[in-house]
Amino acid sequence: MSAGPVLLELRDLHAHLSTRWGVVRAVDGVSLTVREGETLGLVGESGCGKTMTALSILRLLPQPAGRIVAGQILLEGEDLVPKSERQMRRIRGRRISMILQDPQTSLNPVFSVGNQLVEALRVHRAGPRRRLRALAQEALRQVRVAAPAQRLRDFPHQMSGGMKQRVVGAIAVSGPPRVLIADEPTTALDVTIQLQYLTLLEEIQERTRLAMLFITHDFGIVARICDRVAVMYAGRIVESGPTRELFAAPRHPYTQALMAAVPRMDESVERLPAIDGQPPALQRLPPGCRFAPRCRHADDRCQREYPAVFAVGREHEAACWRAESSPSR
Amino acid sequence: MARVDTRLPLDVGPETTTAAAPAGGRGALGRLPWPSFLIIVGMLLVALGAPLLAPHSATEQSLPDKLQPPAWQDGGSTRHLLGTDLLGRDVLSRLIYGARVSLTVAAAALLAGGGIGLAVGIVSGYAGGRLDSLLMRVVDATLTFPTILIALLLAVSLGQGLRTMVIAITLILWARFARVVRGEVLTVKGRDFVALARVHGCSHVRIMAMHILPNVTNTFMVLLSLHIGFVILVEASLSFLGAGIPPPTPSWGQMVADGRGQIASAWWLSFLPGVAILLVVLAFNLFGDWLRDWLDPRLRQQL
Amino acid sequence: MQRYILRRLMQGAVLLVVLAIVVFALARVTGNPADLLLREDATAEDRAHLLKALGLDRPTHQQLLIFLKGAVRGDLGDSIRYRKPAVEVFFERLPNTVGLVSIALVGAMVVAIPLGMLAAVGRGTLVDRAAGAVAVLGIATPSFWLGIVLIYVFSIQLGWLPSARMGTPAHYVLPVITLGAFLVAGMMRLVRSSVLEVLDSEFVKLARIKGLTQTVVLWKHCLRNALIPVVTLFGVFFALLVTGAIVTETVFAWPGVGRLTYEAVIFRDYPLLQAVILLKAIIVLGVNLVVDILYAYLDPRVRYA
Repeated sequence: MSAGPVLLELRDLHAHLSTRWGVVRAVDGVSLTVREGETLGLVGESGCGKTMTALSILRLLPQPAGRIVAGQILLEGEDLVPKSERQMRRIRGRRISMILQDPQTSLNPVFSVGNQLVEALRVHRAGPRRRLRALAQEALRQVRVAAPAQRLRDFPHQMSGGMKQRVVGAIAVSGPPRVLIADEPTTALDVTIQLQYLTLLEEIQERTRLAMLFITHDFGIVARICDRVAVMYAGRIVESGPTRELFAAPRHPYTQALMAAVPRMDESVERLPAIDGQPPALQRLPPGCRFAPRCRHADDRCQREYPAVFAVGREHEAACWRAESSPSR
Repeated sequence: MARVDTRLPLDVGPETTTAAAPAGGRGALGRLPWPSFLIIVGMLLVALGAPLLAPHSATEQSLPDKLQPPAWQDGGSTRHLLGTDLLGRDVLSRLIYGARVSLTVAAAALLAGGGIGLAVGIVSGYAGGRLDSLLMRVVDATLTFPTILIALLLAVSLGQGLRTMVIAITLILWARFARVVRGEVLTVKGRDFVALARVHGCSHVRIMAMHILPNVTNTFMVLLSLHIGFVILVEASLSFLGAGIPPPTPSWGQMVADGRGQIASAWWLSFLPGVAILLVVLAFNLFGDWLRDWLDPRLRQQL
Repeated sequence: MQRYILRRLMQGAVLLVVLAIVVFALARVTGNPADLLLREDATAEDRAHLLKALGLDRPTHQQLLIFLKGAVRGDLGDSIRYRKPAVEVFFERLPNTVGLVSIALVGAMVVAIPLGMLAAVGRGTLVDRAAGAVAVLGIATPSFWLGIVLIYVFSIQLGWLPSARMGTPAHYVLPVITLGAFLVAGMMRLVRSSVLEVLDSEFVKLARIKGLTQTVVLWKHCLRNALIPVVTLFGVFFALLVTGAIVTETVFAWPGVGRLTYEAVIFRDYPLLQAVILLKAIIVLGVNLVVDILYAYLDPRVRYA
């Protein structure tokens, strides 16, 4: 898929959460770009800050604990960080949207599906009820829900998980947004349904050319759907590059360890495979490379200094001192 | 392939910060509600030392001294610090002896009602099946029924007195205890040591007494402390309605009721015992909240 | 749904029979019920007449049947104090209580629900703390005492509001506050905790992602879900009100069934008391049934289950 202009760009984004165990640097200097029609995979162990990055972009960090402390979020060149809540409301849903992980809890159990879908449509366009209803039917048809007119009257508990997630998808793209964040949208689905859902997302993207930030911990999905990948560890991106190249030659020891532990690329796994040791607690980060304590190549400098980002290929970067010495094309 | 759990400490971190405020754990002792604690200790001491502390008899009438205002009011004297009632009885002394009545009723009723509730809860949770669903139906029915009506009925048919009062409050209390204890038992029952005890051929009674009971003790203690204030309030309400401990024994609820007729001329007669009830119930409730957060924070959702 | 209602009606009927037997038995625990049913100035002749009329000279199981038969026909004996059928006395007073209780209930909800939501949204702020303090105080305050204090302040000292009996709308103010106060406390706590739970949910996140305003998120998505536990406990609240009305009506000399209950206790009017208890039980059970149907409407998961 040919990539168009950059729609979403994060520049050195920092977001902190105040918890009772101290300030957690959940997002700690993340930079990334997603272009029109492109899918960027954001990969990492659970708790590495992927979801917090996504929520930061929508300015929906948990309140009052979460706060963006530095950096820029550029949506089509426009910085979202200084925006007021009022301005953000006009951006959410219409220009940038998100699919949540668990379809079982993403829909309000006490309102019908139609109610919730029409509500999403009504936020950004006025119109008589009937027209909105027709639009809602069309939206359901586009996410391949059969008999949409009847489904609109259903309540969430009457639908299967896969069906609910399609509805959530329909709500998310009803804007229609330019940027879609998908936060592990298939993790809670059956394996067979997962594939259908990914296909659906690809169709939507092809039709609308939206930029997609796909959060997952599943390398199989990355290989299938993502044009580029960014690997996140302890609040930072440690390696990024085109999917094919990164898979062929991962440069960061963390990426390598992750890939080494994946048995087959097309087999989806529920969790990232094990790597010895534990990631650092995000409220007490070591001064040097965060992966150093678990890295078998780590030396003194790794313990002391956080590595710079080195270009290791075309659009391929790694934050590792070992990448410094290796030949870059 | 190896599927090792790679959960980060963060998994219990930021995601949960938006949930309930930190409860229990370290430092809870430091957050002991001292004012409540002092009120409770004070009340216990007053109740125990009533004969020593009370300046006058609580029941002796002296009509010439009737309706004297408290010492700080015009016409008050230090002889009767909080004034006297319609029959010339010393209000302070009656308040002091009234603490005894409140605590006696609370202790007896909690022991009886709590004990029955504990037993029913353990049996119901442990036995499960039809017995469990039957008992829980009865519990539900009891909880939705205004049980105070039964208490009033008892007072009229059995006659007023400590015994009637305790039976009445037991009827109100047991269901509240049974429901929470049963819930606890259900979680304990599934643990391995119960299965192990069964494998070892322990009898049901023995398992309930030796394995289940110790594990619901914390919950039971929390329930007890959370209900002291409630029982004192119920006792006061029944006394107020003329269904409590019969006069002339002083009880706070009765005192509020007695002072009602003189509210325009002698406001302190109703006001002071009410303040006593309010403070003591408040103290016990706050103390109970603290004990819950300290011993068994999970109960926060249920209580 | 119909089968559900039918089953609930059956359960209610069983409960009522049990209650009737308890009432019947209690009158016999301490001696001959005739002594409970007679006026103090009754003669031996009156007693013999009553024994025969009520069949108290027959074996106990026959007496029970006679009592139950009477109860089913709506005959629960004559009130000693009012010298007419107890059931009749009850229904004369009922409207006064219904008015008071429903105003208190609606008032409590109108105050408690927004306050609970405000406290939840502003968690940890001054509003939340103030609401928490009010709740703690409200639960610990004996309502009979609160009523007396209100009378002292607003009727006796300020002379703004009437202190007793019915009449103008102003007569409602103090009793409604007294009756509603403790309900507000409990309800507010409940609403606060359930709103907190809902605010944390994924569907609220999705609602925000849609670009909905805080107002819509709160008053549409949160409110309906937060109301579910309130409605679930509605039966308990109602039972509390029935209890609370006894004390409140006593304090304010309100001519309702609560005050009637108190009179029955004070004057040892056993036939009246047993009638009051059985009729109140029927009302409470009926309200609970209605609440459960309403609950099914609020929560579609139950409706279609």
